[in-house]
Formats: sequence, structure tokens, C-alpha cells
Amino acid sequence: MAHHHDHDDHPHGTHPASELSPMELRVRALESILVEKGYVDPAALDALIETYETRVGPHNGARVVARAWVDPGFRARLLADATPAMHELGVGGRGGEHMVVVANTPEEHNLVVCTLCSCYPWPVLGLPPVWYKSPPYRSRAVIAPRAVLAEFGLTLPAAQRIRVWDSTAELRYMVLPMRPAGTEELDEPALAALVTRDSMIGTGLPLTAERIA
Amino acid sequence: MNGGQDLGGMHGFGPVAPEKDEPRFHAEWEKRVFGLAMAMGLSGTWNLDASRSAREALPPGEYLTSSYYAIWLKALERQVQHHGLVTPEELSTCTASAPAAPVKRVLRGEEVALLFARGFPSDRPVPDPARFSLGDRVRARRINPVGHTRLPRYVRGHIGTVEAVHGGFVFPDTNAQLAGEAPQWLYTVRFCGRDLWGDQAEPGHSVSVNAFESYLEALEPERIA
Repeated sequence: MAHHHDHDDHPHGTHPASELSPMELRVRALESILVEKGYVDPAALDALIETYETRVGPHNGARVVARAWVDPGFRARLLADATPAMHELGVGGRGGEHMVVVANTPEEHNLVVCTLCSCYPWPVLGLPPVWYKSPPYRSRAVIAPRAVLAEFGLTLPAAQRIRVWDSTAELRYMVLPMRPAGTEELDEPALAALVTRDSMIGTGLPLTAERIA
Repeated sequence: MNGGQDLGGMHGFGPVAPEKDEPRFHAEWEKRVFGLAMAMGLSGTWNLDASRSAREALPPGEYLTSSYYAIWLKALERQVQHHGLVTPEELSTCTASAPAAPVKRVLRGEEVALLFARGFPSDRPVPDPARFSLGDRVRARRINPVGHTRLPRYVRGHIGTVEAVHGGFVFPDTNAQLAGEAPQWLYTVRFCGRDLWGDQAEPGHSVSVNAFESYLEALEPERIA
């Protein structure tokens, strides 16, 4: 895949047909045929796009992480069998049917990748960012994880081992980051606000309480 | 297949370039391709593994120079034609001229929320007991199928340790060819970075993959605690 995303399209899709990009025209052709022949319900298209553009995203994963930070029983259930534990919070579905949560410790940091395509835990993180699906990350996360993390501005202690999880089947991985120091007074929603998408992939750490305040 | 999708361990793509405040989609057409691929994926004409197979069947040069949703689009165009749902003429003229072929289902708008919240589990019962146990040392087989497989090249031939036994799951290699789900035991196998990459390995890292039973062969009955 091209490393730099193809911006070969007008951003709003409201231009007259004469100004549409070749890709826009090509997709419109396919869509109109599939709809005209009755294979695709336009309402289903709209519902799918709306769901994954606006409803499903890292805020779901952040809620799971924050709950695990405050509730030891939930944390234990989450690490033992993540899918039903997440269902307790109403989180689950397509792309997260078989969830595995791996916990960071001072000794071990976890990093999630899909070298073969773009497997990513949709219900907790939403659709993956372009970099996650692109060759630089997919090629090097397994061979040079520390160098990759450095490109995200994350340098781990040399003594902290790195465990890379390559999502080669239908299991989907989420990292449970360590709770930042100095957050003892924060309630669950405030904790969730510290949990970044990248901290649940393993390419980042949660925000510190100071950075939020 | 040993295609452009099997990227683990390759060099030369440059640094990772995260985009600040990245939008969920970068163009209107990307949304439409996403929705079309999801909707057609539920038509019952093919399955998720077949879609992955269609994407990685793009020639490596094309795969590696196409954006993500462009790969999805090209694969979807191939799939609808391959299965006789749409003719090349219809695509080029943008007019339906051939009768619609029967599909098993048409996803309706009102079904989306419930179906996608429930998901589509791929675990299946397997009658036979698992061949491997926690702690077993196993070797990833040296296989090079021309069809779809989920055993990445960088682990083939290498020795790892079984660190989880997950139960039975749909076997992608057969399912992608619409030749049956043929469920197999699925394992997590952990490889030491140094075993995979030799002297070039970074210190202190391991890589775990999910591997189907037929991807693995037993070593001597040595157990690692």
C-alpha cells in the first residue's frame, strides 16, 4: 500500500460529476450497479458508514481500560476471558468476536500488529488508522519494535521486554496499559480520558494526569 | 500465498508516519468502498477469508503501491465479476444490462446495528482433541501454498512455544477457497526474536502469532516449564 495516503479526491464529495476524481467515479459506478441489481440496500450502506464513522471508536476501549484500573475483579475477568468481560460494559461485535487483552507490566510491554492485513479490534478501537495498515508498521513491528516505538516518541527502558502480537487469525488484541502514577484521585471517566488509542495498541502510553489538567 | 501482503520483516518502507488527528476516512469514496465491501461480504456469495485472499491476489507491485481502500475496491470489483454478479460491461457502462444473479441475502439497513453489535464468531467445535499443549515446543511448517494462508513467511521453519490453546476455529486456507470451514485447533505460538531474526534481532523481544494446528509440527516431546 502506498505509504502516503492517496488524496486523490475532493474532500466533501459534493462537487459536480465533472470534477470527481477517477476513484470517485469508479466507486460510484460499482455502487450504482450493485444497488440497481438489488445486491446492496442503500440504507445498509448508510448505516454501516455511520456506525463506523461516528459510533465505534477508541472511547469504547478507554472505558474498558478505566474499569480495569479501578475494579480488580473486572481486570481479572478481562485478562482471563476478555470477550464476555467487555460485554459487561456493552462493548463487542464485528471485529471483536474473540478478544484477548494483554497487560503491560514494568517488565513487559505489549505491541499489537497485523503483518498480513489490517486485523484490529474494531469494537474497542474503531477502524484502524492508515499507519497501522501500511507497510512501514506492518513490516517492522515484528523485527524492530523498539525502533518503531521510537518513531512514536516512545523509548522504553532497555530492561523492559517487548512482546509483539501478530494478529494472524480471528483473535483481536488490545493492550491494557499501566495506570499512570498520580491518578489515585481520579474517577473512572477522568481515567478514561487518559487512555489514548495508541496506548491500547502499544505504540504509546496513557496521558499523565498533568497533561490532562 | 507469498504475496505483497506478507510484510513481516521486510525493510525499505521508511519510518512509520502517524497522522495527527487522522479522520476515519480520507475521502467520500473510501466510505462507500468500506460500506460496499461490508454489505457484499454478508451476501453469502463469499466470506471474509475469500475477501482477504482476493486482496492479496493483487500483484505485489500493485498491492504495495495502492492505498488501503483502493485494494479493497480492486478486490471487490474482481469478486463481483468472478461470481457473475456484475459483468465487465456493466461496470464500464455503469448500467445494469444483465439479470441479477441470486444471492443468499441482502443486508438491510435495519439489520446493521444488531448484526454488527453481535458480530460473526468464527469459533467452531472440533471433534478431535488438541494435538499440542501449553508449553509444547513446535515448529512452524515450511509451507508455501499458492492460495490463501495465515502463516506468515517470517515464522515458517522456526521453533516456538505453545502459549495458548484457543479451541476450534474456521480454517482460513480452505474457507477462502469456499471449500469448507474445516475447523482446526488454534494456538498462540511465541517465538524468541533472536530465533526469528538472528544477530539482527533487537534485544529482549518476542513475537507471538496465532497458528492453526496444521501449520505446526511437533518437535521432540520436550516441555518448557
